[in-house]
Amino acid sequence: MLTLSSIDAYYGQSQALHGVSFDVAEGEILALLGRNGAGKTTTLRAIMGLNRVARGVVRFDGRVISGLPTHKIARAGVTLVPETRDAFSLLSVEENIRLGYRTGSPYTVERLLEMFPIIREFRLKKGGELSGGQQQLMVMARGLAMGPKLLLLDEPSQGLAPIMVNAVAEVLSALRRDRLTVILVEQNLRMALDVADRVVILEDGVAVDALSRAAALADPARVEKHLAVH
Amino acid sequence: MNLVAAQIVNGLAIGMLYAVMALGLSIIKGLLNVPNFAHGALFAVGAYVCYTLSTIGAPFAVALIGAFSGAALLGFLIERFGIANLTGGSYLLQVLFLFGTALVIEQILVLIYGTTGVSLVPPAMLGGAMDLGFMFLPRYLVFCALVGAFSIVAVWLLIEKTRIGSSIRAGIERREMVQCLGIDIGTLLTLGFALGAGMAGLAGGIALPLLGANATSGNDMMAIAFVVLVLGGLGSLYGAVAAGILIGVAQSLTTLVAPSASTLLIYVIMTVVLLIGPKGLFGER
Ligand SMILES: Nc1ncnc2c1ncn2[C@@H]1O[C@H](COP(=O)(O)OP(=O)(O)OP(=O)(O)O)[C@@H](O)[C@H]1O
Ligand SMILES: [Mg+2]
Repeated sequence: MLTLSSIDAYYGQSQALHGVSFDVAEGEILALLGRNGAGKTTTLRAIMGLNRVARGVVRFDGRVISGLPTHKIARAGVTLVPETRDAFSLLSVEENIRLGYRTGSPYTVERLLEMFPIIREFRLKKGGELSGGQQQLMVMARGLAMGPKLLLLDEPSQGLAPIMVNAVAEVLSALRRDRLTVILVEQNLRMALDVADRVVILEDGVAVDALSRAAALADPARVEKHLAVH
Repeated sequence: MNLVAAQIVNGLAIGMLYAVMALGLSIIKGLLNVPNFAHGALFAVGAYVCYTLSTIGAPFAVALIGAFSGAALLGFLIERFGIANLTGGSYLLQVLFLFGTALVIEQILVLIYGTTGVSLVPPAMLGGAMDLGFMFLPRYLVFCALVGAFSIVAVWLLIEKTRIGSSIRAGIERREMVQCLGIDIGTLLTLGFALGAGMAGLAGGIALPLLGANATSGNDMMAIAFVVLVLGGLGSLYGAVAAGILIGVAQSLTTLVAPSASTLLIYVIMTVVLLIGPKGLFGER
């Protein structure tokens, strides 16, 4: 469904991605792992068209999307839930989610409020008034409201209280049941391996390993050596 | 006493014009993060469109709609073919571009209409004054305040209650994120600029029977609209509305005691507010 072929990306003069290549199959949850600064966020932003793909090609659903403006990539069926969350703080929770909604999406606002009971009671509050965890659930709901074919989730559990981490994990399980295609960036290895079908590991802007969930569970050291702080 | 009441009414009407003008400025500042230095020229365009339509016999209501639409169309063109192409460049380039565009518009108005300026007698229905017993209330001032209030409410409904309005509010805060939701930010910015420009034009049309117009008469209005924007709080969309009315009344009342100082007072207020409380009276949203 998604193929990255030798993607390079830069911040000014400094190169963040050095020929990243991997692909994602339809209906699969792919965990993208790597240390701080490995290039995970940059990879997601490059797919989304927020960071320019300087070299290489991104194909989605059989067409090249690298070089398209972000809103066209979004309309093609890709959306990003960024690590910065980017809640619209002046819009109500419901408005936040409704703004994501596109006609034909299986995730209607009503269904999402069912799926996310924690934020249902805050639906009339402003996005900026929610706690970090509530905001995280809200922006996941906002992304899902688009009815994306591919969801890019950047560290959804980062910095959250345990109860919120569980709520995020529940949503991930629901997405798995729905067979939604997801790229999940996650520091919490256990949580990633709970839901992911496959793992791709980034190191210094290069995809250095790719393995199935079974392989990762059988040989955790193969993954962990790329995550440990050195 | 009657004099004070009359000046308050006068101030409310003028203040409503400031509010319409400044709300337009505020939308543009919020979405595009640029002070629209062409706002005064767009005000003048609105006034002249209103004048031209009236002289060829269009009803005043049509002339006002024309004033809004003409300025909005011009705003659309300025954003789409000017500002939008400068977003990669510096902020200074955008500001200078708007400044230059204003001068071009003004000179074109001079070319077409000359330098003497024009005026318009309000339609008979809106002329004259109502006798309230203790004072005479000019009908056109009431009309001015009502149309101003009506258009502010209309814009408020558009921004708060429609999908495009939530896109505008969301886009003011987070440009990248609205694009991730499939919203074309370029179109959104163009529409926002056109809306803000249209409000300047509408203010110009409403003001015409009151103040007359010449090519540069929008500049005083624009300067005051900037004061209103600052006073209302640069981060606040609607602070401009309250601040506009406040300035209108304050300015009008000052003319009672010190007519020649009333305009000076306004600019002193702006300078002081910028120095001591840059968030304005109504602060952050
Ligand atoms: N806005 C930026 N400007 C300059 N360099 C940046 C910027 N954002 C990231 N980088 C650099 O690009 C590289 C990749 O960063 P990226 O944010 O993609 O890593 P990450 O894997 O998401 O890290 P983390 O786990 O901390 O979120 C890093 O070296 C980082 O310092
Ligand atoms: Mg990151």
